[in-house]
Amino acid sequence: MKRGSRRPLVSPAELLGPQLFPVAEPPRAYGPRSLGAPLGLAAIPGASPESAISVELLAQQAKDVVEGAFPRLWIRGEISDFKPHRNGHWYFCLRGATAQLKCVMWSRDQRAVPTSPSDGMQVVVLGQPTVYPAQGTFQCVVSAIDAIGDGLWRKALDEATARLRADGLLELSRKRVLPRFPRRVAVITSPDGAALRDIIAVMRRRCPTVEIVLVPAKVQGDGAPADLARAIGCVTRWGQVDTVIIGRGGGAREDLWAFNSEVVARALANCVIPTISAVGHEVDVTLCDLVADHRAATPSAAAEAAVPVLAEARAEAAAMLIALREALVRQVQRRRDRVEHARHDLRMGVTRSAERRGARMSAIAGRLNALSPLATLARGFAVARDDSGATLGSISDFAPALDFDLLLQDGTVRATARSVHPSPRSPNKVQ
Amino acid sequence: MSYETDIERIEIIVGELERSEVPLDDALRLFEEGIERLRAASAALMQAEARVRKLIEESDGGFTLADFES
Repeated sequence: MKRGSRRPLVSPAELLGPQLFPVAEPPRAYGPRSLGAPLGLAAIPGASPESAISVELLAQQAKDVVEGAFPRLWIRGEISDFKPHRNGHWYFCLRGATAQLKCVMWSRDQRAVPTSPSDGMQVVVLGQPTVYPAQGTFQCVVSAIDAIGDGLWRKALDEATARLRADGLLELSRKRVLPRFPRRVAVITSPDGAALRDIIAVMRRRCPTVEIVLVPAKVQGDGAPADLARAIGCVTRWGQVDTVIIGRGGGAREDLWAFNSEVVARALANCVIPTISAVGHEVDVTLCDLVADHRAATPSAAAEAAVPVLAEARAEAAAMLIALREALVRQVQRRRDRVEHARHDLRMGVTRSAERRGARMSAIAGRLNALSPLATLARGFAVARDDSGATLGSISDFAPALDFDLLLQDGTVRATARSVHPSPRSPNKVQ
Repeated sequence: MSYETDIERIEIIVGELERSEVPLDDALRLFEEGIERLRAASAALMQAEARVRKLIEESDGGFTLADFES
């Protein structure tokens, strides 16, 4: 109560309470006009050398005045001299064109901030203007900070992206092909969000035989990143699923921020099962989108990417059966054709060889014919043969009264030798 | 054996049968394998409507699936 008073003096201000000056009109109670107050100079603190007040008192009063005069408010400016202290608090300066404001942000208030701001960044801060008596400075205790535009979020995302890229987690070669026909799909999302309803509806419509396994997780607010990462780890350890969808419906940027969390992105990158990321209607790509094997714009699109239309799959299977049968039939047909060709070739071969043989036969027959005695007979000669068929070619073969046959070209004549005469020039002597 | 490995194998078999002349024994064996795989792949297409379930991790590290009312 008597803090700062040098003398046991009861001033009007002291009667009002711990503050010397009512907050409602502090300057008037303190200004030069009050010097002429009827109570007298000596009675007013600071109004005369005798009533001089301490620095502490002034600073404390100034702090009270400033805090009373200004509620917490949003202030716009550019970050400069940003210094994160070892104790976790941030110290920086908020600059305007011709003015500046010292700022401090306690570490406990930083949790909602995606990353530390950097010098030159245009921001708005929510802060309580105050006075820091120990340094006699007018400053602002900041409880929230946001970049104008998306600077701060962008910076946090860029930093995390760079770390993931450095670890090779964003390589396109890491992207796996989704199973064409999963039998079981895990969905990591909030159990009562619109995303789950949409996914169930689309999958039911396209492919009701696919089993959907919900892996409940907190998708926004404090602890959401840790819970999402836990759920991903859970699915990875369980493993009894063909495809994983992780996502949530649309929302404000802060609501989607868990999907930009590095811990979630790393868990997703380590998931042994092919992943689909489906985060709201946000135009921005999230970290989860970058590391997932497939990015879907919405949960419904994720469901469409995850499962085929059952009727189409059935048609595909039916077409395969036909293709398989036809391929076998063609194999058999090809063989049959070959046998047919062979048979034809064989027949042709036989015919040709028969023809060749025929030609040869007639040639030989001609030669045989030429050699035949019958040909001689045809020219008018006759051959004599005895009853045993031996040719009688000389008169010595004959005896008078011998019966013999005369072979002519068109028949035989039965004859009897009456007499035998050697020809005059014949060397044969007939007895 | 997953649906796609079955389907891919069937595609290879059909290609094989269409492209080259394989010994008849082999052709029949391939065909039979194709039919068998097609049957396996089709089984998933014919099963009844699946339920929505919820994965629960037990305290002992095991997992159970509970029905989930959607």
